[in-house]
Amino acid sequence: MLTTLLDLLHGPMKPEIMLVTAAMGLLMIGAFERHHDGRAIAWGAIIFLALTGFLIAFRAWNNPGAYDSQFEGAWINDGFARFMKMLILIGAAGALLLSFTYFRDVGHMLFEYPILILLSVAGMFMMISAGDLIALYLGLEMQSLALYVVAAIRRNDLRSSEAGLKYFVLGSLSSGMLLYGASLLYGFTGSTHFRDIAAAAQAVAGGAGPNIGILFGLVFLLAGLAFKVSAVPFHMWAPDVYQGAPTPVTAFFAAAPKLAAFALLIRVLEVALPSVTSQWQQIIAFMAIASMLLGAFAAIGQHNIKRLMAYSSIGHGGFAMVGLAAGTQDGVQGVLIYLAIYLAMTLGTFAVILGMRREGKYVEEIHQLAGLGRNNLPLAALLAALMFSLAGIPPLAGFWAKWFVFLPAIRTGSTGLIVMAVIGVLASVVGAYYYLRIIKIMFFDEPAKAFDPMPGLVRVVLGVSAAFIIFFTLYPAPLVSAAERAAHSLF
Amino acid sequence: MTGSLATGTPWLSLTTFLPLVGAVLIMLMTRGDDAAAQRNARWIALWTTLITFAVSLVIWAKFDPAQAGFQMVEQHPWVGNGITYKLGVDGISMLFVILTTFLMPLCILASWESISSRVKEYMIAFLVLETLMTGVFCSLDLVLFYLFFEGGLIPMFLIIGVWGGKRRVYASFKFFLFTLAGSVLMLLALMAMYYHAGTTDIVALLKPGLFPPAMQTWLWLAFFASFAVKMPMWPVHTWLPDAHVEAPTAGSVILAGVLLKMGGYGFLRFSLPMFPAASHHFAPLVFGLSVIAIIYTSLVALAQEDMKKLIAYSSVAHMGYVTMGVFTVTAQGIEGGIFQMLSHGLVSSALFLCVGVIYDRMHTRDIAAYGGLVERMPMYAVALMVFTLANVGLPGTSGFIGEFLTLLGAFKVSTWVAFLATFGVILSAAYALYLYRRVIFGVLEKANLKDILDLSPREIAILAPLVILTIFFGFYPSPLIDPTAASVQKLIADTEAGLKLAQAAAAQVAALSP
Repeated sequence: MLTTLLDLLHGPMKPEIMLVTAAMGLLMIGAFERHHDGRAIAWGAIIFLALTGFLIAFRAWNNPGAYDSQFEGAWINDGFARFMKMLILIGAAGALLLSFTYFRDVGHMLFEYPILILLSVAGMFMMISAGDLIALYLGLEMQSLALYVVAAIRRNDLRSSEAGLKYFVLGSLSSGMLLYGASLLYGFTGSTHFRDIAAAAQAVAGGAGPNIGILFGLVFLLAGLAFKVSAVPFHMWAPDVYQGAPTPVTAFFAAAPKLAAFALLIRVLEVALPSVTSQWQQIIAFMAIASMLLGAFAAIGQHNIKRLMAYSSIGHGGFAMVGLAAGTQDGVQGVLIYLAIYLAMTLGTFAVILGMRREGKYVEEIHQLAGLGRNNLPLAALLAALMFSLAGIPPLAGFWAKWFVFLPAIRTGSTGLIVMAVIGVLASVVGAYYYLRIIKIMFFDEPAKAFDPMPGLVRVVLGVSAAFIIFFTLYPAPLVSAAERAAHSLF
Repeated sequence: MTGSLATGTPWLSLTTFLPLVGAVLIMLMTRGDDAAAQRNARWIALWTTLITFAVSLVIWAKFDPAQAGFQMVEQHPWVGNGITYKLGVDGISMLFVILTTFLMPLCILASWESISSRVKEYMIAFLVLETLMTGVFCSLDLVLFYLFFEGGLIPMFLIIGVWGGKRRVYASFKFFLFTLAGSVLMLLALMAMYYHAGTTDIVALLKPGLFPPAMQTWLWLAFFASFAVKMPMWPVHTWLPDAHVEAPTAGSVILAGVLLKMGGYGFLRFSLPMFPAASHHFAPLVFGLSVIAIIYTSLVALAQEDMKKLIAYSSVAHMGYVTMGVFTVTAQGIEGGIFQMLSHGLVSSALFLCVGVIYDRMHTRDIAAYGGLVERMPMYAVALMVFTLANVGLPGTSGFIGEFLTLLGAFKVSTWVAFLATFGVILSAAYALYLYRRVIFGVLEKANLKDILDLSPREIAILAPLVILTIFFGFYPSPLIDPTAASVQKLIADTEAGLKLAQAAAAQVAALSP
């Protein structure tokens, strides 16, 4: 049965439709309005993001276990998708809130910027809800195209353009690999639909072990997705892009697309390819170990805080993969909790990075934080809390993130995964070194010149995320049970 | 079996979180870093710690020494799935709570004048640290325990790093990373235990024979990694001298007085009763390391030129007695180990405070910079003498009881271990008296020492209770031994029951295999 436009409007896809329509409407306003003021458009975008969030929350409130689908299952909206979409919305709105003063200070905000963010969010929604290889690819490309432009949004800035170009070239390469993997999967299973692929893979396997063609498809698919989550060995673009892109854009990159790619990874592996779990487990475990180690060791030598955060983000991707490698519902739950906490830590840290201004100029070198503990104790204390949390020290939220991903890995009882967990926690000790170094610079070193007062909106983002990671330990149950419900909807 | 006393007031939570309230008060009520704000911060911190100590005495008063199980148990839902907020004390942990709350006011007083920059932050760090330390000893849930155990790294890292000496950055990083490396392995073990038992309730996990022997070995090793670093045992003790030397006086006091005790407490609470077969299996290893620690670090202490470093190495040696006593699994050994920890908590804290007294005056810890202090500082000389003799383990001081009991316990298990460990007693006399002679006796010939002043009233107020308690417990140790007796008996019974079960299981496996 063909779906008509009217069916769509009444159907479960309202959040997506709202996002896309809002993007188009704001684009019209931006194009026809004379002042080219991006700020009003950005506020509009934030409002629409919030409204979308209400729509999703409303659906979850009415019917927590709702399983909606559209286009014959190519688009799925289950508990898992709703959980991840809420995180994406928070990440996007947070990144937009962080953007205002930055773009004011470096020139002015192009009105295309918030619109591109909205479009990429729509793409991420499609990724998260994809139940089909074609939907997957459509979503992925939609978000990526928007992101390539956003990375290069400061087109007069050499680094920003370089970041955009690099991201584009490497991103296209990864898309190519992913497409190749998808076509192999289609070729060997005869379907693009995840559930059909799962059934076909099961049937093809029979008693003779997994089909080699499916495995090849899996490997290419994983390579493409690993690019998007910047997992080692497909991480090379991340440090350059993180450093080169405008800081609020970097915050957005670290927060939203990474989460969406993780959601996609989880859904493909758990829904489409459960029959080859023991095969992809090896790949994921390898990438987890490699990412945790690289994230820990490569960050030690960094001086630029954005670059450091890139390596930190690679490492955290590795930790999140530990939960995925377990291949169980607990594992997925752990990944979801990890991503939620990681989101708060990332937004908080980038809020501080955006507060690093001297006389209106942004500074990015770590040593410029020197003596922040004396110049601005509250800011330093919050950044210290964020750093301890990133290092995974209790009682901060980062500890719980690690707890919930390592627990399922241990629970499987398999020697390989336990070895992975041991390597992981030891990598976290190495990683603790560079987070401590930032704290050392802030508190132990002699003060440098004070920073300019922090802009109000940035302060709000920092306050909310820091409060979350500090007080999470008092009442962890809501997030834990929400993640549990979300993970359950996949199994 | 939990033996919960139905008290209306949650005394343990109150003791644990009162300091946090004080920290919040300081945060809210003081502005800036001027003299008035500093004074307010100091007074709030002092009052908070004094009130906390008073509250903790209620715990001691309400504690029933005849009961072996946990008392004053509080339980509330927390994370779910078997992880709850659960507090309680038994004979093993109760006195450590008191030790913590007792030392804190002394620490605040010891920092009264020596800390002059960022006083507010300093006091907040100490109050937060007190909450976390008390929590470690009160927790009856593994995850909660870990939270407090590792959370304590944060304030201590800052205390060493911000208010420490010249090499404070190196020392604070070493302290943090060493301890973290040990405890993350414990974290994984903790997860495995949670997975195996379905709960992290310590009372439930104490059931003998819960963990199969093969699993015990790995769990024991993981816990050992954490506690051995914390204790610290040879060869992972190297962070301690650095941390002690660089930490401010009060930081050293807390390190020696409370943080080191967490390792010994961990062995008693987890390693022995939960993994009895592994403890039995690895006991010779622990004895070996303990004896090496006792002899080797005593010799190292003999060669030190820095007072704090000397006391730090002597701490490692004294903790060697504790590990040796604990792993004998005899009543004497374990009670001696607990007593040794409590006594060391008083004596080594007092020694660090004494070093602080002269450091505040002369700003050096070089032993060679002093000499003949008895001429100008007679009261100081008396106090230092009492603590030096207690450190040596002279009968009539609290130091003697612990060493004697642990050696007695060791003697029952292995004559050789006791024989070798006894050398530590001789060596400790050598380094402690050598230190005392070089600092206190001799002729006062250094020009800058000519007008050094004796103890001020504040310093007397700090040292007097410690002198009194050191001698009091030396003659009359039962207030510290009686409360522990019942719990120690139960611990030994549990451990032996667990060992029997494990051996029976092993025998069954052996009988089945061809």
